[in-house]
Amino acid sequence: MTRYAPNWRLLAAIAVVGLSGLLASCRDDGTSVLGKTSNQTGYRGTGMVQIASKSATEALKLKNVAPPPEDPADPDSKPAKEVYQNIQVLGDLTENELMRLMASMTTWVAPEEGCNFCHNPENLADDSLYTKKVARHMIEMVRSINSKWGNHVGTTGVTCYTCHRGKAVPEFVWFGNSGPKQAQGMARDREGRGLASATVGETSLPYDPLTPLLAHPDDIRVVGKKALVSAYIPTTMQTETTYGLMIHMSEALGVNCTFCHNTRSIASWPQSTPQRVTAWYGLRMVSEVNKQYLDVVAGLLPASHLGPEGDGPKVSCETCHQGVSKPLLGATLAKSYAKELGPITGPTPPVKP
Amino acid sequence: MAMLSFERKYRVRGGTLIGGDLFDFWFGPFYVGFFGVTTIFFAALGTALIVYGAAIGPTWNIWQISIAPPDLKYGLGFAPLKEGGLWQVITVCAIGAFVSWALREVEICRKLGMGYHVPFAFAFAILAYVTLVVFRPILLGAWGHGFPYGIFSHLDWVSNVGYQYLHFHYNPAHMIAVSFFFTTTMALALHGGLILSATNPKKGETVKTPEHENTFFRDTVGYSIGTLGIHRLGLFLALSAVFWSAVCIIISGPLWTKGWPEWWTWWLDLPIWH
Repeated sequence: MTRYAPNWRLLAAIAVVGLSGLLASCRDDGTSVLGKTSNQTGYRGTGMVQIASKSATEALKLKNVAPPPEDPADPDSKPAKEVYQNIQVLGDLTENELMRLMASMTTWVAPEEGCNFCHNPENLADDSLYTKKVARHMIEMVRSINSKWGNHVGTTGVTCYTCHRGKAVPEFVWFGNSGPKQAQGMARDREGRGLASATVGETSLPYDPLTPLLAHPDDIRVVGKKALVSAYIPTTMQTETTYGLMIHMSEALGVNCTFCHNTRSIASWPQSTPQRVTAWYGLRMVSEVNKQYLDVVAGLLPASHLGPEGDGPKVSCETCHQGVSKPLLGATLAKSYAKELGPITGPTPPVKP
Repeated sequence: MAMLSFERKYRVRGGTLIGGDLFDFWFGPFYVGFFGVTTIFFAALGTALIVYGAAIGPTWNIWQISIAPPDLKYGLGFAPLKEGGLWQVITVCAIGAFVSWALREVEICRKLGMGYHVPFAFAFAILAYVTLVVFRPILLGAWGHGFPYGIFSHLDWVSNVGYQYLHFHYNPAHMIAVSFFFTTTMALALHGGLILSATNPKKGETVKTPEHENTFFRDTVGYSIGTLGIHRLGLFLALSAVFWSAVCIIISGPLWTKGWPEWWTWWLDLPIWH
């Protein structure tokens, strides 16, 4: 019979596997042989893992750098109200604190345009520029977020820079989108699907989940609470819209579904990660911010700043997060402005969602 | 046990891969061989360890017993027995048992003077398993990327790993694999149906021949692949399904870390319509 001869191919395959294992374990910075990092977000073996490429993480680190805060204001200073006129929302600040905030806002929002982007240089109290009126609403918004929404922004808080990043209009705002003009007759309705919109991560899911669901976050939940379908039956369309919003959130935060959910039961709170609670508050925060501030601001903006359907710019998760789960990678810039943009209250005991 | 006329002739020593005459005998109808013994060894040890894992685990519910891989923090090193080490040993046992079984098939093929098509096909199943619990974890740098050994828990793992890429149905290799799986079942159904229809004529009529079978498909779709060809096709379709399954998971993570839907931007960005 045939003599035993070594199977060289098999040995070579074993050698390749062994070698790559060796290479992988040789890296001491926690990345794999192909430059990927993994972060476990659930019990071992559940597959709840965030995988990222090192190069993408490095790029995000470069993109999400907070500017240094201005030096603290000299406490030896008169109330701003005594020095300036027409102080409507910053009346609690001293003159130095006001100046510090104004200088910071200039670098955060209008570094090129400078003070005159909002102010009439002849008369700083003058409200004739719409940008000044918008800025006033925006300061109120930031203060409201920091003081009321501690369950989302924690003790980190937000500043103008969280969204603006040195631009007068933040890069990631959104407008209503009813899609391209439709054919009529039997080809009439694509039901908002099939356009590979970036809003929903280039899927064919409904391309505008933001308009319906950020306005009514309670409509997001489509998973039934009982094994068998009872009175409430969400449609396929509603389910897909929710899926679209979830993909939008994932993309905005640079995470996957398992950052918040154990997908064996997406709706189950006990099986979800704590981040899902943060996100729950975030969705309600965005909803309120859009209704109370952005919708008001829309009425002040020139037509050129409105969307194709005549609505104003609105915020979504991406407006602040810009690809990372903690905006600006958790930079604590707002803490240096606790007086001007605070108070930063931090989380309060959660309500039962 | 009845024996086929040629069986006594083929039941001879030789054709083994290693070990010479060691274990080169039959136990009842079963060929034992060196790799039969290693199969039993690994399968018994692995099963015993799974039972041990269940014993130290929280449940005896058959659906919920789960032997989970280590935490990612152990990387490609050894984990304590009760924190994933058991999974590591069971994985070695499983691979040992599967590969032994394949090599036992090879030895039987050699005794019979046949081609190695059956062990080759089985090797694809082993490849798929090893891709999941060895190759991909190595490429991602931690054994913790393997799937847990449990009836429900491995399904939960599949769900979560799918959602790591937001929408796994957009994975191009997954699309190809799924298409091959469906095509495989279609081919098997057509072939099974055809053979049974040819061998089950009306009462009183003779069994039909391959000429009838070919004619049926020529009349239906204009082409018949033929009696041998259908088996080549079947093997190709089935192995392709497994192969592309392995591809679809090994590229998820090691090569692509974002959502699969946005992988398709190359298509959206084609200059024709971009």
